[in-house]
This record gives sequence, structure tokens and C-alpha cells, in this order.
Amino acid sequence: MQQTQSTKWMTHGEAGLMLFFAMAAFVCAFAAAKALDAPFAFHASLAAVASGVASFAIMNRYLDRPASLPPEEISGKPNYNLGPIKCASFMAMFWGIAGFAVGLLIASQLAWPLLNLDLPWTSFGRLRPLHTSAVIFAFGGNVLIATSFYVVQRTCRTRLVGDLAPWFVVLGYNFFMVIAGTGYLLGVTQSKEYAEPEWYADLWLTIVWVVYLVVFVMTLVKRKEPHIFVANWFYLAFIVTIAVLHLGNNPALPVSLLGSKSYIAWAGVQDAMFQWWYGHNAVGFFLTAGFLAIMYYFIPKRAERPVYSYRLSIIHFWSLIFLYIWAGPHHLHYTALPDWTQTLGMTFSVMLWMPSWGGMINGLMTLSGAWDKLRTDPVLRMLVVSVAFYGMSTFEGPMMSIKVVNSLSHYTDWTIGHVHSGALGWVGFVSFGALYCLVPWLWGRKELYSLKLVNWHFWISTIGIVLYISAMWVSGILQGLMWRAYTSLGFLEYSFIETVEAMHPFYVIRAAGGALFLIGALIMAYNLWMTVRASEADVGTELALQAAE
Amino acid sequence: MAESELDGVSGKTTTGHEWDGIKELNTPLPRWWLITFYASILWAIGYWVVYPAWPLLWSYTRGALNYSTRAAVGVELAILEKIRGDKMIALGAASLADIEKDPALLTLARARGKAAFGDNCAPCHGSGGAGAKGYPNLNDDDWLWGGSLDQIVQTIQFGARSGHTKTHEGAMLAFGKDGILKRDEIGTVANYVRSLSGLSTRQGYDVAAGAKIFAENCTSCHGEAGKGNQELGAPNLTDKIWLYGSDEATLSETITNGRAGVMPAWVGRLDPSTIKALAVYVHTLGGGK
Repeated sequence: MQQTQSTKWMTHGEAGLMLFFAMAAFVCAFAAAKALDAPFAFHASLAAVASGVASFAIMNRYLDRPASLPPEEISGKPNYNLGPIKCASFMAMFWGIAGFAVGLLIASQLAWPLLNLDLPWTSFGRLRPLHTSAVIFAFGGNVLIATSFYVVQRTCRTRLVGDLAPWFVVLGYNFFMVIAGTGYLLGVTQSKEYAEPEWYADLWLTIVWVVYLVVFVMTLVKRKEPHIFVANWFYLAFIVTIAVLHLGNNPALPVSLLGSKSYIAWAGVQDAMFQWWYGHNAVGFFLTAGFLAIMYYFIPKRAERPVYSYRLSIIHFWSLIFLYIWAGPHHLHYTALPDWTQTLGMTFSVMLWMPSWGGMINGLMTLSGAWDKLRTDPVLRMLVVSVAFYGMSTFEGPMMSIKVVNSLSHYTDWTIGHVHSGALGWVGFVSFGALYCLVPWLWGRKELYSLKLVNWHFWISTIGIVLYISAMWVSGILQGLMWRAYTSLGFLEYSFIETVEAMHPFYVIRAAGGALFLIGALIMAYNLWMTVRASEADVGTELALQAAE
Repeated sequence: MAESELDGVSGKTTTGHEWDGIKELNTPLPRWWLITFYASILWAIGYWVVYPAWPLLWSYTRGALNYSTRAAVGVELAILEKIRGDKMIALGAASLADIEKDPALLTLARARGKAAFGDNCAPCHGSGGAGAKGYPNLNDDDWLWGGSLDQIVQTIQFGARSGHTKTHEGAMLAFGKDGILKRDEIGTVANYVRSLSGLSTRQGYDVAAGAKIFAENCTSCHGEAGKGNQELGAPNLTDKIWLYGSDEATLSETITNGRAGVMPAWVGRLDPSTIKALAVYVHTLGGGK
């Protein structure tokens, strides 16, 4: 199989990146030595080691590879790039388990505060952002990167752009997660919800994200299909908007270039507004648009049915992305935010109801003609139930944004319940469904190791979700009603501490629900692992190399 | 490229697009969906007309109702004031003794006191005032600094060891740490203290030595019989009520390191009538003198 040509050169990308990482290793080592605080020194050391490893890995990869880069096509069929996707899928499962486990721990801490262990590193305040970042950005983000790289190749019938770039995106993004997560444990935070990582992590993420955008867009540009598939519109909206949100919310001035602390450029109510413009659109464009893209590819694919309505997909796509971006102020009802801003946030949230349901309709109705498959295919069932949860939480969301409802629900556990019906039910299940489809495809297996285990996963996790969200509904509404209860003499009926005591049983139920969800995910990890490890004999032809029919 | 074709199952045609085997149906927008979408837009426009909604250059559209959250909260507070009524004014003017005599005022003060207690005192004293280790139980009739209404007001206002100039001072000395008593002497006197309230003592401990150590070191604050002294905040050691615990290890710790729990001063943080109401509430919890 030796190639005929004798000269083998590094590509510009290989040489450039290798040099970049070699220099980065020295710069980071210097920063570690001169660091003003211990966490920064730790992070700079991590970055120095990672850069050094990256530099060597690029050299090693160059020495091992044939003289020419992998071809665009092999005998007329696209030569899809699957390595980075496999890596992101694996990382998704890893971070998912880690994030769910930390979630269970902090849920238990709320029920039994002793579990804070009186240590700073294990206190709720540090573990909570670890949980949210691990599940949203690490688990969800890896699922989005994996599926977007897969879907864009398959639906454009072309190999992913770049040789090292896709690897840079996957590994760079996961390195960002390591910096973010270890930072939280060490107390490094800029105290902005869902945007806790400090300035240097933000800068690194910016670089990674721009490369992600370039890889995705350039792959779209060289597509072999005349039109762009709907899933790719949603992926692109997700990538572009997250870039804008990240840049808008995070401008900060570091106290020193050698220390972890920085101060955000925004202040006061403007900072709050930026924060929730970011926060709500992280929901809208990360957790909604990105996962709708997954839905638009994996449901028709698994159900083997056409997408229900092309027109609906166009209308709900544009209305969704136009309306979502206004909805942030509903997080700041009855605050110092001007009344007119609150009104806009609320009314745009209500107008967002139908655009959201457009996605739900398109997902569910794609099943028409294939409903019988729900009985036999637990993976499809998981995907469909995720869409049902999506429909439920996108009705609940606009309702909670209405000021009268919000005056009861805000600051209570109802919000937590709402978030988790979306997070566990929608994002979690659609991701699980996609990974169950993707892993056999990526590793060229005919089917999953066990559909029976998928069925177990489905039911255990569903019961977990129901326990979780119903406990939070009851506790949230109870909490809201207790906070506003007045005696006939005009004094508050309950002290805050009494409302905390009243929450205890629901916190226990919530933790039980979370435990079930984690158990389901562990079953999934086992199932996927066994699928990948299936004996060579089971492996058919490399599905990966098959072109789109 | 694929042509538009008829989908047998749904009876609809496809758009003719195909990606990786995925086609799309040419289904029109669901009518109910479109109508609901339009209705929500109309509702939003209506809301903008009525409420403050759109920013202008230097101002914003105020809306037909001229609504503002600031005005709305003012109205709600006024309603609350009305419910509380003139009685609150009477409460502010009445003396502590008067309040406890007038059932209406007493009810009002207890209600006000309970609400204030929950938000300010419960974190240490517990929501029912039952206390915890180091935080006195307010339901019993054992008082460190006195249980009369005036004494309770005094304690709430200025706290204990709070740093306020009028605060209750005086603390349990660190007899061990400061080298006043030796380790075995502390054990002996701890057993003696247990005996004062009829608790069991370690076998073979030297009663006479314990009594001697107690007389030489403890009586100046706790009194010769160990009945305590509210002037100094010295607890009664004979009543089986223990702030930190009665076992020998805890007592030895108390004697070795001393104790100086802090209660914050609330004067300035709570208004006078709230402090008055709190005092009445605490006084009527069960053990007021």
C-alpha cells in the first residue's frame, strides 16, 4: 500500500499548529512559574502540558501518515472523517455520567446539607456550576459537535473540511471543559451563571469556536447537494449565535495577565440584562436550536419517514431564531430592569410558543406512518418522548414568563423543575437517542449490543424524570405560596427557614429521580461500550465508507 | 436531483429534496398552529398598547394604563399598611407591660414578633425558638441575661459580646488554655459540676478536691451553690439545662477553652416597635418572667 511519491511534506496546518503548540507550551510554562495565584498556576501548567502533548501528537501523526492526506472520495464515494466524531461521542458519554453524578450529589446536598462535607471544594456553591457546565456544555456540547460533524458530512455528501481542524475543535473544546471544571472546584469563577469560566478559558473557547464555525461553514460551502438540509440551518444558527452570545456576555478586564481574576465590563442592571440575554439564548440556541438539528436528522433517519413539513420547518426556524433572542428579560421580572424591557421579554416569550411547537409538530408528525415502530424500537421511542418533553417545556416556559405566573414561580424550585423537564426530557433523551443511533454507525456495527438494555434505560430514566419534575412542581408552587402567604393581621405567615424545612421531602424525591436518571445513563454507557467492543465477526463492511444512497 | 413524488402513507407529495435518504413532505402549515401563532402576536401587540413596551430615544411608550412596577408595589404596601391598621401605631406607643395586658395588642405583637423572629432569629435559635448547641433555648424558663420583658429588650437591642458599647459582656474564662487549672483538676471539677444537677460522676473522683476547685475558681460568677448570675450571664449549673452539653468531655472543653458565644446587636437593624414585638413574642414563648 506504499504510495508512489517519495516526498512527504508537512501541511501548513500541521507545521503551523505544531509550532503554535510548541510556543504555547513555553508561554504557559512561563505563566505557570510567574502566576499570581495557585489556580492560575495549575491551569497554566495544564495548558503547558497539553500544548506539549499536542505538539508531539501532531509530529507523531505526521510521521505515521502516508505522504498524501486522506482523499476526499474513495471510488466515487465520500470518504467521511469519523475519528473526531468518535472522540466527541466518547467524551459526551464520559461528561454525561460525570455531570449526572455531580447533579445527584448536589441534589442530595440540598436534602442533607451534611454532604457538603464542610470542605470548600465539595460545597454546593462550587459543585453546582460543575454540574451545570458538565451536563450542558460538556455532555450537550460534545453531542452537538459529534452529531453536527456527522450530519453535515452525510447531508452534504462531502468530507469534513480540514485535516487537523476537526480534531482541534473536539480536543480544544474538551480541554476548555477541563479548565472550566477544575476551575470551579478551585473557586475560580466570574460569577455569571452558565458563563462561570474566567477570562483565559473564555479566550481559549473563542478560538476553538471560531475554528468550529469555519469547519462547519466551509463543509457546507463545498457540499455536493443543491440545497442545505434543515438540520444544518439549525446547527449553523447554534454555532453563530453562541459565538455572538459568548462575546457579548464575557468582555472582561483581567486584574493581571498572570492571575485568574477578572472584572466584567458590564455593571449593574446592564450586566444583568447581558447575563440573561446570554443565559436565555444559551437555552434557545445551545439547548434548543442545536438539539432540534439532531431531531431533524435522527428522527427521519431512524423512523425511515420523510420530514413532515418542509414549509413548517422554514417558518418555525426563522420565527424561532428571530423571537428567541428577545426573550431574556423574562428572567428579570420585577427587578430594577425597566418595565418596558420586562414587557418585551414577556411578550416575545409568549409569541415564541408556536414557533417552538412547530419543531415539536415536525418531529412528532414525521412518525406518521411509522407509529408502530415505537413498539419495537426503544431508540425511536426515546427520540419521540424527547420531542414530547420539548413540547411540554416550551409550553411551560412561555407560561412562566407571564408576569403574574412569574411572580409565583420565580426564585422557586418550579424553575428548576422546568429546566430539568427540558434538560433531562428533551436534551437528555434526544442526545441518548442520537448516540444510540450514532455509535453503531460510527464503529460500523449492524445494531446496538442490546435493545433490551435501551428499553431498561428508557423506562428507568423516564420514571426518574417524572419523579424529578413532579417533585419540583409541588415544592416550587408550595414554596411560592408560602413566601407570599400573609396572616389576617398583615404579617408574613412563614419565615424563610420554615419554607426550607417544608422542601425537604421533595428534595429527597428529586434526588431519587436523579439517581434513576444516572442509573439509566450507566446502563447506556455499558451498552455503547459493548457495542463498540463487539467481536470483529459481527462487523460488516465499514458503514462509514458507504456513500449516501 | 430527485423529482417530487407522492408519499403513499400520507397522501402528500415530497419536495423533491433528498439528503442522505431523508426526504421532506410538502405538507402545508397546520391551520390551528398558524391561527394560534397569529393570536399570540395579536395578544402581544395588545399588551404593548396597554403596558410600557418600546424604547424611544429618551423615553419609552408608557402604555394606556400608565402602569409601573414601582407604583404597583407602592399600592400593595399601602394595602398591607391598611390591614395592619392603627393597631401598629398603638403598638409603637404602648409600653411593654400594656401590650401584655391588652389581648388585641398582644395578638398583634406576637404576630409581628413571630414574623420578625423567623427572618432574623430562627437561623440560630431555630424556627420554634428551641435553640441548638451554643444557642439558647428560648422556650424554657432558664435565662442567661434575664427573662423579664425589659431584660429581653435589652438583650435583643445590644446583643451579647456583640461589640456594641452597651452589649452584655462577660465570658467563661479559658481555665485550661490560660494555665489556671491543670488537666486533672479540670476533669475533677467537671465531675463536681455534674454532681450539682444530680448527674452521675466518674467513679472514684475526688469530691472534696472538686468542691475546692469550684469554690476557688467558679463561685465568683456561678455563685457558691452554682445557681448562676444573670448580671454576668453566668448560667445556672444546677438546673439540668445545658447550653453546650453536660457530658464530661464537653464540660472539660468548656472549662479548658472558655465560652463566649455571640449574639448580634439588633438596635439600628430592626426598628424599635419590631424589637418590642420580638421581646413580647420571646417572652410569651413559654418561659417569660
